[in-house]
Amino acid sequence: MEFFERFAIPHPSIAIYASMVAAGLTLIAVLAGLTYFKKWGYLWREWITTVDHKRIGIMYLISALLMLFRGGVDAIMMRAQLAVPDNKLLDSQHYNEIFTTHGVVMILFMAMPFIIFFMNFVIPLQIGARDVAFPRLNALSFWLFFMGAMLFNISFMVGGSPDAGWTSYFPLADTDSVGTNYYMIAIQIAGIGTLMTGINFMTTILKMRAPGMTLMKMPMFTWSAFIANVIIVFAFPVLTVALAFGTMDQLFGTQFFTLDNGGMAMLWANLFWVWGHPEVYILILPAFGIYSEIISTFSKRNLYGYKSMVASMVLISVLSFVVWAHHFFTMGQGAMANSIFSITTMAIAVPTGVKIFNWILTLWKGKIEFTTPMLYSILFIPLFTLGGVTGVMLAMSAADYQYHNTMFLVAHFHNVIIPGVVFAMLAGLTYYWPKMFGFMLNERIGKWTAWLLSIGFLLAFMPMYVTGLDGQARRMYTYSESTGFGPMNMVSFVGAAIMAIGFVLIVYNIYYSVRYASRDISADPWDARTLEWATHTPVPHYNFAITPEVASSEAYWDYKKKNHELYKGDYEKIHMPNNSGIPFVMSCIFFGWGFSLIFSLWIPAIITTIGIFVCMTLRSFEKDHGHYVSVKEIEDTESELRGA
Amino acid sequence: MKLKLALFAVMMFGLTVLTGCEPLTVLDPKGPMAERLASDIMLTMLMMAGIVIAVFAMLLFMLVKYRASNQPADYEPPHIEGNPWVEGILVGIPIIIVAILSVVSVQSNYIVESAPTGYEDKEPLVVYASSSDWKWHFSYPEEGIETVNYLYVPTDRPLEFRLYSHGPITSFWIPQLGGQKYAMNAHVTTLHLAADVEGEYMGRNANFSGEGFAENKFDVTAMSQEEFDEWVDEVKDTADPLTEKKFEELLEPGHLGRMTFTGTHLEFSPAPEHHEKGDKYKDGHEDKKKHDNHSASKKESSEKEHMNHNE
Repeated sequence: MEFFERFAIPHPSIAIYASMVAAGLTLIAVLAGLTYFKKWGYLWREWITTVDHKRIGIMYLISALLMLFRGGVDAIMMRAQLAVPDNKLLDSQHYNEIFTTHGVVMILFMAMPFIIFFMNFVIPLQIGARDVAFPRLNALSFWLFFMGAMLFNISFMVGGSPDAGWTSYFPLADTDSVGTNYYMIAIQIAGIGTLMTGINFMTTILKMRAPGMTLMKMPMFTWSAFIANVIIVFAFPVLTVALAFGTMDQLFGTQFFTLDNGGMAMLWANLFWVWGHPEVYILILPAFGIYSEIISTFSKRNLYGYKSMVASMVLISVLSFVVWAHHFFTMGQGAMANSIFSITTMAIAVPTGVKIFNWILTLWKGKIEFTTPMLYSILFIPLFTLGGVTGVMLAMSAADYQYHNTMFLVAHFHNVIIPGVVFAMLAGLTYYWPKMFGFMLNERIGKWTAWLLSIGFLLAFMPMYVTGLDGQARRMYTYSESTGFGPMNMVSFVGAAIMAIGFVLIVYNIYYSVRYASRDISADPWDARTLEWATHTPVPHYNFAITPEVASSEAYWDYKKKNHELYKGDYEKIHMPNNSGIPFVMSCIFFGWGFSLIFSLWIPAIITTIGIFVCMTLRSFEKDHGHYVSVKEIEDTESELRGA
Repeated sequence: MKLKLALFAVMMFGLTVLTGCEPLTVLDPKGPMAERLASDIMLTMLMMAGIVIAVFAMLLFMLVKYRASNQPADYEPPHIEGNPWVEGILVGIPIIIVAILSVVSVQSNYIVESAPTGYEDKEPLVVYASSSDWKWHFSYPEEGIETVNYLYVPTDRPLEFRLYSHGPITSFWIPQLGGQKYAMNAHVTTLHLAADVEGEYMGRNANFSGEGFAENKFDVTAMSQEEFDEWVDEVKDTADPLTEKKFEELLEPGHLGRMTFTGTHLEFSPAPEHHEKGDKYKDGHEDKKKHDNHSASKKESSEKEHMNHNE
């Protein structure tokens, strides 16, 4: 290939050129704005080099929201293309690229960072810690994720997007275009970040809980995040290895997944789903944790069945690793293997059912307030139940021969991921917004959003169950009129459009609330129950002036209602980590490294590889013991925050 | 059995009314395999509907009864840890449901993986269905003919499809006759189907396989054995033979219409089925079986195979 040819897009369209222009203009506007308002220094000091878990969390949030819209635009384009039979809006290649990036972006670059945003922002506060166990590693995790995401996102502008589905099955993915290289390397970089996050939060939760907080006194979100991080630590190495094999196949001519010379295409499928199935529980368990917090808060009651909640999550985490083969019941693995995986898969319905009933029983004898976060949580229960029971249907391995690869499956996983994960994110976002920014999001707009998203969701995805049973395979970019899929797909498109309005309303809500919301709110506007609400708003960078001592999973509630003492002792100087630019610089080098490998630019690849090791070496020779916040400074901050 | 059939008929009727006039393809079975799957699907739908209704009812009750506006201002919700009886029931019922479904699922697995019930005494028609970008090649080794993108099958006779792919993983699916199965490179999978009713059915590749995936489909015509035999004879009299060169051309990526040939490509490009045991169309390398699943030796044997064909 000619040098410049490989950077060209193999299948350009007007939409791609238009988005290139839009992306270019946005970049110029941002750079110009930063320069004009002289914010470069502020950005560097306060955000890029920060090791504060709250700020890193907010950066995760911003990235996740950006990616939500990127993936959402992909979704709308897909539904528009399928709205009528024989549509010419997109061609086959463009459609294939769009659903591939929609899947990758939504799971890995939207849902994952959103979940990690919650972990970052909430967990240290919820367990009464000052920061995470490895603050600088946390910054590196974020920047690696961010650079991975950006690398993946430029694919449609430079060289061409991956087009083999988010599962990227070989040998289909084994092509000459750079799309698969982007997939392998961008996800690898982001995945390393996620794996480090998993280790970081496991350590944080195990080692940094406030005095008195035994494991069985941890708030439910912390528990759910802990389990999710354990799954990350076990599952992500598999992805790392699979992606490394795929990269080597692509770049160095190894033949792990090829058609000839002993390559096994199904090896990729197995490795992918050994990671991919636990991955969905990495997303859903923290979402369950968020729902637990919210439902308990707004029912004004403790969570029903705390122990069974914990037990069910542990059970789900174990089962999540023994169900992956249900992704290829139709592979011809025989009746015995299918039976085993069918039973393990259905078994997950039991602990999940326990959780659903526990939430419903948390409402029992409660005093239910219908706030926006609660509305999302209440809508979640019936919608997610629908998705759950269709999951049981899919787990019937023989019947799956009829559902597999059809729109029925697409309907099912959106039916668990959207009410399960996306609603939890929006509920949690609304719930934690005042803690992050000191004002509340508008309740009226928030409730409109929740209803629009639910109605849009039902319209968009229920028809897919029908067309799936009618024989519409997933990933078909068009269909003829004689199939009769047309009307149902049109309903789907209308639903998708309503959901799009819902997502735009979220942006409007943020804009509206920034302008008009009252800044005069307490640190605990929801009358909540757990420790993260016990500190000031805005949260000082050291979180708690005095480390709280707790005796239950609802320490703050006991403090408010039963006069339990949270803060014993006096102010003492606090040790905090120093900011560092190395994580950002190193991640930028990783970006260059990834880009060089994608396009087989060997000299820059070697230089950047050396650069990465130089960063690590510098870090190992660095003498950085952090700094102390003096008692005087704490006193000043505290009195100022209390006055405000 | 009769009761089950009656129940199935009622459910089918209900679903037909619900979804307009025409029954959904998967729920409109034309063969014993598809029938079993459709009745499984209806059974699970019914049981799942029960769960959904129970959850909805409980949720609605709680929301209406315990909403804040329905209670005195000074009401303080109690602290409730849990109740072994309540939790026992809420765990027990799902376990019973999952147990019942597991039994059904395991039974169905063995049914779909073996010859269709009711046809055990009949000799199956073996058809090799292989996919290439973005076509289907159907080889009838006994009849000595091959078709592209269309399939004629006799009714009331078991059909045994041997699936594999010349390219990406595909999935062979005729929803009205039964469920789908993957067709992969270097590996043959077997799918048992049967047609009870004469007619035209839709068949397609259900697994995404690149640019031409949407049009990667084929027509299936089920006809009586006599008509099928007549068709075979007609093909043998009129169609051109399939040469190796012609077959190589057919494998090029692209779409083709229906095509018919005498002879099959299995003669010069055998199916990769050295994994399969007790196979009557194997290519004669007995010693290969020892090396099953061993990639290095697989490579070796495929080379050997290749050399043999050059001889």
